[in-house]
Amino acid sequence: MTAAALELKGLFKSFGGVPAVRDVTLSVLEGERRLLLGPNGAGKTTLFNLVTGDLASDSGTIRVFGRDVSRLRADRRVHLGLSRTYQVITLFPKNTLAHNIVLALLGLSRSRFNPFSLLARRGDLWERARGALDRVGLGKLADRSVAQTSYGEQRRLELAIALAQEPRVLLLDEPLAGLSREERRDVQDLLTTIPREVTVVMIEHDLDVALSFAEKITVLHYGQVIVEGTRAQVVADPRVQEVYLGA
Amino acid sequence: MKRAAVYAAVAALLVVPAFLPFDYYVNIASQILIAGIFAGSLNLLVGYGGLISLGHAGYLGASAYVLAWLSTRAGFSHLWASLGAVTLTTLMAAVFGVLSLRATGLGFVMITLALAQILWGVAYRWVSLTGGDNGLSGFGRPQPFGIDLSSATAFYLFVLVFFAISFLFVSVFVRSTFGAGLQGTRDQPRRMQALGWDVWSTRFVTFVVSGFWAAVAGVLYADYNQFVSPHVLALTNSAEVLLMVIAGGAGTLLGPIVGAAVVVLLKNVVSAYVTRWVLLLGLVFVAIVLYMPEGLVPGIERLRRRTVRTGTRA
Repeated sequence: MTAAALELKGLFKSFGGVPAVRDVTLSVLEGERRLLLGPNGAGKTTLFNLVTGDLASDSGTIRVFGRDVSRLRADRRVHLGLSRTYQVITLFPKNTLAHNIVLALLGLSRSRFNPFSLLARRGDLWERARGALDRVGLGKLADRSVAQTSYGEQRRLELAIALAQEPRVLLLDEPLAGLSREERRDVQDLLTTIPREVTVVMIEHDLDVALSFAEKITVLHYGQVIVEGTRAQVVADPRVQEVYLGA
Repeated sequence: MKRAAVYAAVAALLVVPAFLPFDYYVNIASQILIAGIFAGSLNLLVGYGGLISLGHAGYLGASAYVLAWLSTRAGFSHLWASLGAVTLTTLMAAVFGVLSLRATGLGFVMITLALAQILWGVAYRWVSLTGGDNGLSGFGRPQPFGIDLSSATAFYLFVLVFFAISFLFVSVFVRSTFGAGLQGTRDQPRRMQALGWDVWSTRFVTFVVSGFWAAVAGVLYADYNQFVSPHVLALTNSAEVLLMVIAGGAGTLLGPIVGAAVVVLLKNVVSAYVTRWVLLLGLVFVAIVLYMPEGLVPGIERLRRRTVRTGTRA
């Protein structure tokens, strides 16, 4: 039997008395591709922020591979194999693409505490960074600063950073947002190359892409899970048609 | 090329006293080096960590006071008093770091300011301990390996050794894997956390290291003046070192040293000729902020690049 990679139980979060996430319980199996659907304001990104520790939940539990991480600091959760991308691109614009990856690699390395290990002399890290960039087709831009790259390239860099950390659970927050059709195709192809053992939970509004990627879909509405099931089950559900598809 | 520039700089600093006509100027050079260590320590926080402290004089002053007190009141030798001063001040920086890093931004500025003001208040009012307004005196300069440091040149060379060690340390620190993380926490703290970095600890370690080097500067300050008064802990001293960092170029290695040179020269040399030198100091800073908001060192580099580009085009 496949174990649960991510388990949420009775998760609540409100902002100033306004509930954003209400009693969310869900379980994502190891290696599964899960899609989080829901209209704007449904609480999808807030749910991601609770899982990663960017926000603290009001109540409920979060388990990653069976370990309760509900009260664990955000940076410690990353060390358990939890990585994410952001809906709003969050990179280091003054630094090169390779430097951005190196920071991600260092984040999981003990040498991040070493104030005497010169970064320029860490050939192993730079080599791995170039490898990670090659993987998303950005190898030639490794030495260019992020500020000098296009939006599409930055989206791919976001993904490269997350993948460079070799995560066990990857949370993708609208990885196709703001991309042209061609760029979408590129990123979509990239998503298919993510190793099967990596559990992926994705928020995406492009239904064509999202439905072809996901094996199981969870639909949120006003912070609550209203439907969970396979593509066919979700698409056929009248509640989904009502709240999400506007039928 | 870079190595040649370093050798040239070291050689130039070594022969500085030979080219200065009076001891007065050699003493000013010593003051610049001490201020350079002090500003370099603050630069770790401000320039590389993005944490603006308005209480850095607290570490310089505390260290100077501890050295003076251990030497004159507790009967410690100069060496042990110096080591005690640096150790105790670094421990104090650790405690202050825990308190200050509960906040960021303006909150951080206010906590650092408040803590330094407490120290200033203690130095000013706890007369039995600190001598109050009269300060503490009666201790001399150290005599490392029996070398007499009473002459301006000997003391300059003594300070130069610490300046060189501090500069080397800072340049390695900020270019290390840890330094890369520190600059990441300055630019995108939330992202760094999501990459597995412990943002708080990174800042805390930097805070303590910064306190350590400010303490070293404090010992040299006390050695230079052979006198400590509450002035060393005053807000103006904290503001002055912050100006050195910002005017020279925060987040650059040379910036704080250039800033230190500008402030010390204006304070000492210009004040001998111009009565309203503080006004001149203000005008210089306004000019820097208007024309080189990034600071003198990066500003001059920008102008140089522009000149090279224009030359190439012509």
